[in-house]
Amino acid sequence: MGIAFAAIRANKMRSVLTTLGIVIGIVSVTLMGTAIEGLNRAFNKSIASMGTDVLYIQKFPWFDNGDNWWKFKNRRDIRIQHAKALEKYSEYAQAINPMTGTIRNVKYGQKLVENVTIFGSGPDLLETSGATVAFGRVFTQLEAEGGRPVCAIGSEVAASLFPNENPIGKVIKIGGYAFRVLGVFEKQGNFLGTESLDNRIYMPINRFFQEFMSFRSGITILVKAKSVKELDDTKEEVRGIMRKSRGLKPKEEDDFAINQQEMLVQTFNQIGGVIAAVGLFITGMSLFVGGIGIMNIMFVSVTERTKEIGIRKAIGAPRRTILLQFLIESAALCLIGGLIGIVIAFPLSLIIDTVLPTAMPLSVVAIALLVSVFVGVVSGFLPAYRASRLNPVEALRYE
Amino acid sequence: MSTIIRFTNIAKVYQVGEEQVHALDGVSLQIQKNEYVAIMGPSGSGKSTMMNIVGCLDTPTSGLYELNGTNVSDMNDNQLAKVRNKEIGFVFQTFNLLARSDVLHNVELPLIYGGIGSTERKKLARAAIERVGLTDRIHHKPNELSGGQRQRVAVARALVTHPAILLADEPTGNLDTRTGEEIMLLFDALHQEGNTIILVTHEEDIALHAHRRVRLRDGKIERDETEKNRKSPARSTLNIA
Repeated sequence: MGIAFAAIRANKMRSVLTTLGIVIGIVSVTLMGTAIEGLNRAFNKSIASMGTDVLYIQKFPWFDNGDNWWKFKNRRDIRIQHAKALEKYSEYAQAINPMTGTIRNVKYGQKLVENVTIFGSGPDLLETSGATVAFGRVFTQLEAEGGRPVCAIGSEVAASLFPNENPIGKVIKIGGYAFRVLGVFEKQGNFLGTESLDNRIYMPINRFFQEFMSFRSGITILVKAKSVKELDDTKEEVRGIMRKSRGLKPKEEDDFAINQQEMLVQTFNQIGGVIAAVGLFITGMSLFVGGIGIMNIMFVSVTERTKEIGIRKAIGAPRRTILLQFLIESAALCLIGGLIGIVIAFPLSLIIDTVLPTAMPLSVVAIALLVSVFVGVVSGFLPAYRASRLNPVEALRYE
Repeated sequence: MSTIIRFTNIAKVYQVGEEQVHALDGVSLQIQKNEYVAIMGPSGSGKSTMMNIVGCLDTPTSGLYELNGTNVSDMNDNQLAKVRNKEIGFVFQTFNLLARSDVLHNVELPLIYGGIGSTERKKLARAAIERVGLTDRIHHKPNELSGGQRQRVAVARALVTHPAILLADEPTGNLDTRTGEEIMLLFDALHQEGNTIILVTHEEDIALHAHRRVRLRDGKIERDETEKNRKSPARSTLNIA
């Protein structure tokens, strides 16, 4: 151990240059790792807002290879009457919420917020959306059925329109129509790092149809199961009710899709897995190149120190000890490189975090260090093996 | 009196291209404990090969070599390394010290490979360094020492494991005459203390320090002469061998 570090110290410049390869390798691999980890975390956080126990009844399935686009496009729309049928017949469903949306500008006095996502929703929106009310309330069953001009607004909208006022009871203009604010939602953040979940307004869907869209237009029906365990049963029941209410004959295939969060997770894991594999492979290449640099320098080191190896062997160093000496030397070189790499990668990941979500958990650090030691041992093995097999007579004669 | 080295019909053949070179050609030899032997011969006589085999750096092509009662002629690399560590103390013409390590570390190195614990190791190494009179240089690097001092460090390193034989290959070859003579006096004294010493040399006056001279020529023993009850040329002490 001491011998190995003494050898590294003795060739500082060379060691630094060689280690640089490992440093660069570890920096790129670590950054890739943190980016992947960050994306995963962001995704999981976003996906949690959807709820694992909610089914989305829509015309289009979420994931399809695109060949059937016209077929899905030409399907009959999902309508409010289907939601009514589900409400009437479903026993597994805990909540059923018909929803649709559009984008409008919102005004309060002189203040304007552009491009707010406006949702028409049933009264069960809290149960199916994952949103919670910060203060005030959402609309009641009565207000929903009566199609009252009331709404609950996202925290971002509230902050923009009412910087110094209590928004409750105020009247805002959504796309030119007046609505009374009943409540404000808790801040929710971004969905997959893009769309803000707080730049939204929810209103009764009946009102939505009056002001923004015909009631004949397509909607999404959210069905919340009583528990995740019963999700499959709920799905089957919902499917039956939908088929019946859409008058499908037994042999006809479904002309609607029942989507769920799990599909998103699966697809993300597939795509994310491929991205991670490719990314780590490419960055791994730089680590590999660094490893070759280490191997090269260890070969030089072994040749240069042939005489020393001869002396050590003459006074009784067994092969194993010589092998270990050089393995430890190369592993130590790489470990130092790995440590420097992490020290560099950490602030870099914080910089990248402003653009892309990143996270550097201890596991990434530990893996990076393990990998660098592994690279050291692997690339040091051949040179060390050669050193250990040197013939002492010839090694001693070497000048 | 016990036999330390027993060579029975030792041969070493090198393949040089198409040709076979018989570096040693059936050498039989016995060396007793506390003998002081010089192995002599012109270059190409097989003297280096002899030294390599005696020192367990190399194995004979055929023949039997018993060191301290153990057959070492067909041991593998690791077994030989162990034998070198325990039984043989090398002193080389070019000193062969580790340039980056100080005197103490150079001397304790064989003990490290012998698996001796740190405290015991330091004690033994300091004793060996004291024996060659370099206690005040214990933390010097080899390049801070004179040639004679370096060779003393090498002797200390050879002594530190209390080996069965001290094997010196032209120990004065890189030293001036006076320093060389000092080193030889050290060997004489070590012999007086009961060590078995084998010198490999081609210099007659160095060989005169030994009590027995084995002359090689063309891979064979040409002459093997032992002085009976002689007085050491360097010191007026009795040869008790």
